[in-house]
Amino acid sequence: MARTMWDSSVGKKTVMAVSGLIMLLYLVAHMIGNLKIFFGAGEFNDYAHWLRTVGEPFMHYEWTLWLIRVVLVVAVVAHAVSAYQLSRRDIKARPSKYVHKKPRASYATRTMRWGGIILGLFIVWHILDLTTGTVHPGGFETGKPYQNILDTFSTWYGNVIYIVAMLALGLHIRHGFWSAAQTLGVGSRTRDRALKTVANVLALLLTAGFIAVPVGVMTGVVN
Amino acid sequence: MKLTLRVWRQQNADADGAMSTYEVDGISPDMSFLEMLDTLNEELILKGEDPVAFDHDCREGICGACSLVINGDAHGPERTTTCQLHMRSFKDGDTIDIEPWRAAAFPVIKDLVVDRSAFDRIIQAGGYITAPTGSAPEAHATPVPKPDADFAFEHAECIGCGACVAACPNGSAMLFTSAKVNHLNVLPQGAPERESRVLDMVAQMDEEGFGGCTLTGECATACPKGIPLMSITGMNKEWLRATRKAAKR
Repeated sequence: MARTMWDSSVGKKTVMAVSGLIMLLYLVAHMIGNLKIFFGAGEFNDYAHWLRTVGEPFMHYEWTLWLIRVVLVVAVVAHAVSAYQLSRRDIKARPSKYVHKKPRASYATRTMRWGGIILGLFIVWHILDLTTGTVHPGGFETGKPYQNILDTFSTWYGNVIYIVAMLALGLHIRHGFWSAAQTLGVGSRTRDRALKTVANVLALLLTAGFIAVPVGVMTGVVN
Repeated sequence: MKLTLRVWRQQNADADGAMSTYEVDGISPDMSFLEMLDTLNEELILKGEDPVAFDHDCREGICGACSLVINGDAHGPERTTTCQLHMRSFKDGDTIDIEPWRAAAFPVIKDLVVDRSAFDRIIQAGGYITAPTGSAPEAHATPVPKPDADFAFEHAECIGCGACVAACPNGSAMLFTSAKVNHLNVLPQGAPERESRVLDMVAQMDEEGFGGCTLTGECATACPKGIPLMSITGMNKEWLRATRKAAKR
């Protein structure tokens, strides 16, 4: 079955849909967690510490966190590899362009590929900035995410990278969530409006929720 | 009406093509688009030039032979086939760009004619039912619920013109393939090959070099028969079901 899935263009889209939904689920949790930054350094840093203790005493310290990380890495890689292979196929299937060009499809649909690449690069920067601290501006302190976030969003480029990436995320989810439903065969004429609404609401809430953090730092609400 | 036409001219499959400009005069708004091209060709023949090659057959909008991307739209600005498109959709003095279907799986044979036999091979892979031949069976022998009959008919309307592939930025044949899969898979007559049909047709579609679906919706917008985009959703559902069933066996 795995072979049939991976060898078919329809199967590979299924891989993209499932991996995309896993990432989306994670993002909802991530966004809600982020909002704790508005309740002060104590609550936010405690929450960050709690994330490492989830599942104790059954799980050892950080085991749950690492499990989530592994699932996410698998999802990101599966999503990106499928997208790359499908895009190669798509571009090959239309080698010559029309002379008479017309603007096609919605903005969200047309930006899926570039948006995806932007998001991929953003994830690398985001991890190097706030997880490993490799490219972190100022002194990175493990276990003090509140202070680290303040450092990042005190730089102009930190804000620009983050906000651009979150806008790309919104557009990506807007087309991606609805598309995933079609790929998994759960869309229908009666459900279409509801699915489009959920996609738009998810895109809007996630983008707004994530962008609230840098805006909070910039306006001094978070300090 | 006086029109300026910019038409894709290509001597054969291996030659390089280019857009050539022609002026046509005395076009009536009541002419069909193909009759307008006939007028151009008559003039070209009188001048001793090679007429523009284009596909056409019934000219009633039911056979699927005509094609043409007109001003960037498959079958032109109206939601119908090129043969049923009339010159009243254009204005006197307009410049009209006429190009062939563009897809790797639809190579240009000459001018505006492309080879659509990839569609035939997709149909051969599973777009049929196993039925004993002979006289037509009694219509009520196999009851079909009305909603299923309507659903099947909606998808059976596909004439296989290839506008979906031409309009799709990925040159994907998902709408064409899904129309046939949905048409036959919902009917009791199509039930014996329900799984193999969708698996084989999708596999053939991939093999022909068509692109994948990114749900831009261009196909359904271009379709002269109004095959809905949800048809693709239905085929995805059938494909996943068939893959699960094949794995259990």
